[in-house]
Amino acid sequence: MSNVLNISPAPHIFAKDTTRSLMLDVIIALSPALIASIYYFGYGAIIVTLTSVVSCLVFEYLIQRFVLKGPVTITDGSAVVTGLLLAFNLPSNMPVFIIIIGSIVSIGIAKMTFGGLGNNPFNPALVGRVFLLISFPVQMTSWPVPSGFNTGYSDAVTGATPLALVKEGLKNGESVSDLMHQVPSHMQMFYGHMGGSMGEVAAAALILGLIYMLIRKTITWHIPVAVLGSIAAFTAILWLINPDKNADPMFHLLTGGVMLGAIFMATDYVTSPMSYKGMIIFGVGIGVLTVIIRVFGAYPEGISFAILIMNAFVPLMNKYIKPVRFGEEVSNG
Amino acid sequence: MIKTFPYGGTHPPDNKLTADGKIVYPPLPSSVSIPLLQHAGIPAISVVTKGDKVLTGQLIAKAGGFISANIHSSVSGVVTKIDKVTDSSGYKQESIIIEVTGDEWKDTIDRDPAIRREIILSGEEILNRCLESGIVGLGGAAFPTHVKLKVPAGKKCDLLIINGVECEPYLTSDHRMMLEKGEEIITGILIMMKALNVSRAMIGIENNKPDTIEHLGKLCKEISEITVHPLKVKYPQGGEKQLIKALINREVPSGGLPIDVGVVVQNAGTAFAVYEAVQKNKPLIERVVTITGKSLASPSNYMVRIGTLVSDLIKAAGGLPENTGKIINGGPMMGKAVTTADVPVVKATSGIVILKKEESLRRPVGPCIRCGKCNTVCALKLEPYLLMALTRKDLTERAETERITDCCECGSCSYICPAARPLLDYIRLGKSQVLQMKRERTLEKNKA
Amino acid sequence: MSSTVLMTIISLTLLGLLSSVILYFIAQKFQVFEDPRIDEIQAILPAANCGGCGFAGCRNFAEALVKADTMDGLNCPVGGSGTMTAAARILGKEPVPADPMVAVLLCNGTPGNRPRTSKYDGASDCRITHNLYAGETDCAFGCVSHGDCVKVCSFDAMYMDNRTGLPVIIDEKCVACGLCVKACPRKIIELRKKAKKDRKLYVACANKDKGGPARRACKVACIACNKCLNVCEFGAIKIENNLAYIDALKCTFCRKCVSVCPTESILELNFPPPKAKAEVREATVNA
Repeated sequence: MSNVLNISPAPHIFAKDTTRSLMLDVIIALSPALIASIYYFGYGAIIVTLTSVVSCLVFEYLIQRFVLKGPVTITDGSAVVTGLLLAFNLPSNMPVFIIIIGSIVSIGIAKMTFGGLGNNPFNPALVGRVFLLISFPVQMTSWPVPSGFNTGYSDAVTGATPLALVKEGLKNGESVSDLMHQVPSHMQMFYGHMGGSMGEVAAAALILGLIYMLIRKTITWHIPVAVLGSIAAFTAILWLINPDKNADPMFHLLTGGVMLGAIFMATDYVTSPMSYKGMIIFGVGIGVLTVIIRVFGAYPEGISFAILIMNAFVPLMNKYIKPVRFGEEVSNG
Repeated sequence: MIKTFPYGGTHPPDNKLTADGKIVYPPLPSSVSIPLLQHAGIPAISVVTKGDKVLTGQLIAKAGGFISANIHSSVSGVVTKIDKVTDSSGYKQESIIIEVTGDEWKDTIDRDPAIRREIILSGEEILNRCLESGIVGLGGAAFPTHVKLKVPAGKKCDLLIINGVECEPYLTSDHRMMLEKGEEIITGILIMMKALNVSRAMIGIENNKPDTIEHLGKLCKEISEITVHPLKVKYPQGGEKQLIKALINREVPSGGLPIDVGVVVQNAGTAFAVYEAVQKNKPLIERVVTITGKSLASPSNYMVRIGTLVSDLIKAAGGLPENTGKIINGGPMMGKAVTTADVPVVKATSGIVILKKEESLRRPVGPCIRCGKCNTVCALKLEPYLLMALTRKDLTERAETERITDCCECGSCSYICPAARPLLDYIRLGKSQVLQMKRERTLEKNKA
Repeated sequence: MSSTVLMTIISLTLLGLLSSVILYFIAQKFQVFEDPRIDEIQAILPAANCGGCGFAGCRNFAEALVKADTMDGLNCPVGGSGTMTAAARILGKEPVPADPMVAVLLCNGTPGNRPRTSKYDGASDCRITHNLYAGETDCAFGCVSHGDCVKVCSFDAMYMDNRTGLPVIIDEKCVACGLCVKACPRKIIELRKKAKKDRKLYVACANKDKGGPARRACKVACIACNKCLNVCEFGAIKIENNLAYIDALKCTFCRKCVSVCPTESILELNFPPPKAKAEVREATVNA
């Protein structure tokens, strides 16, 4: 018989979504924020993004080809996503060599040592960011002030983020209401007109990305809502107790990396729980830890640490938080 | 609000190419090959020998036990061989091969097409008639109907659900049956209600078949016991457990049967077969089979004699297309791929789907990205990724506590997986290993 | 400063002493008596924990040996008679000699012999294919070529030959632990008595179909023609389920059966005078 038929167990048809198309969806969802940061920070943002994405791809290729001597899977898009997220977590005037070091850490240490895509316990981009934050604290915390597309790459005027400003001010005994006059208004922060890492400032653009991913069913609402909701709830309580010492919830939601973290970092497939219940607990954990670090800790921003800490609990959650099986708790009505 | 089951499920593209195709009677085949195991349970035992002349509807194999079914000749002719023949899985199976000489029916069968609504037989007699006529569930599992219609001692049944969901893509055999044989099906439902001694029946139909919903709704207007319920389209709604949950919000307990929540589910096609057996004394010798596929010249719904070769039907539907990559016995989600088209149609064959070469291959398997999509589509709230991992590591006991045996093998997990991982392949294997372990356990217990 | 250091040293020392005293008494109180011979025997076992003896691991086997009255039926296939004699000496029991065994594959369905009639496109696992259907060829009994046996072999004694699609057993490394026998869903790996110079003579077929269909599915299938049965002078061949079987205990390697077999389904391996025919066949199997 010349025409040999294919045989496989059922099912015989498959959904259109592939790993690559999911990654592409994430990249599309990230693009509004990328455009916003180019708009605010000029071509420095382009340099940082390109360096980060290209070096992530290159390192993934080199490691898979020459160290692991296995199949090369850079086309699945996961390295591009890692590169973009790493870039989003860096100031737009970051020296190129530091970005490359960050990429090595992200891809080489956080991803490939654990077995590549799907096996890394911690979010690679965040590991890279935290590594850089600890190794190069000066470069990592001198954020350019957004000043339009024509801003130079290395000669940008730098300033503190609103979060750092408030934290410093509170330490010096100033009251929140005074400090609020020194930071941009909530509306400005919503559109991203403030200092910060290049991808995290424009809340509006990030929310646009969230809406896209929800429509495309790339992610579910559970993690972002749990993170943002718990941050809002926790800071609201603190704010109501003492509005002089604590900033309002809106301020906390719009500043720092909360939006980026809640929408893109915490929802990373590999490092988040697989059940809805687990996702909610994971999200709430991130929210609470973020606020604790921000309000009581030494760092002005805590979401990256919070996500990494909760990442460590994900295997446990996957093991012990089980959905209630169909027919397990029979309630026949 | 239109009902559906609350969690899990997917939406594979419908592709109901034959939804408007009337049921056609293809020409009689030149020979039929009737396997002795066409149902769930033990094989039937042949009661004919080589050279015997048989009539259409004549008993040729008797049920081999309680969970088994009689088998009747679907044509009139001469038994040429009783031998092992390759079945759809490639393994050999005892079959009776009959050379067709004509279409002479047994005279006890009432061939008058007029509908007989009056139910004369008692409940007990109905069960006997189902047993004699070899009626099995025509939805796919082919479980003997007389067993299913007998409520076990200590159990109570208060509702009969008729499964007209047909959630498998491509297939339209139930759809056409309900549309063209609606009155017979309604009578069949009343017969089954009498056998079960229940006063209520519900017909669940997905709302991608509005014509059927309207048609049956009209027919049931006068009959207050039977109600028609449109359901939101979602796979695998045709699964018994999902259908019960969707219609009356009862959950069949893990490891249990629908009767545990007082329900019996029967396929719409089965209702028609029951009608014919009880009212016309006609055994199960033919059924509707959808022959379909995007590359096929004329996809159609055929009323097919059991034992007809699939290749004959494909010929009738325009011949096997050049670039055929896969022939599926059943629907594309749960059906079995066959190695050759020369396999007979059996009682459980609801359709034949032909896939083009480019549609037929799986994507290369990638690493699990832990997206959790398999968890979210599982209608039984299992964790397919975990069950696959456990099976690969041979952790059979752990797989058992994770309720691998609850899996209904609907295939939603493999369907949705973006990394194209063979989740169900391994879960099916794990299931068989857990069942094997359970059997060994009971054996040991009996010994001790 | 110095007082802090001093205090630390004193308190830690006292704590250590106290713990050691407690530990000593607990160890005395809860000591479990174990036959010292168990340790001795475990020390001479190969420590492969392969389960070839029928026990979960080497320790369990050692326990069973000490407990048992005779060494009948207890054998470590990996260690062989040397290990068992040593164990017998420790226990002061009579060693029961067991024949060294080796695994052989009862299938020679290379692509040349067995034409492919379908293409399998599912998960690469012998058991899944076996449960699903007959396999890529028409033979429902032969090797399905996904290498479950190779995956379980913990002695590196097997590999998949990509050209033939069949697993190959390396005689020198095979210890006859039987893991591959258990792993094979089609039960086509057999443990046979090891002969001098690794000579082997066996029917490399497991097809229980009648001659016609078996031959159609595979050129080298056993068709149960009885020719070998008739030619064998030692009663070493029996035919069951349309399949000839050569009893390794009775076979004298006269090789008369090989020459009469019409389908060349009897394999002769590692025999010295390379007849032209035998060489060709060996190439298809061992290459």
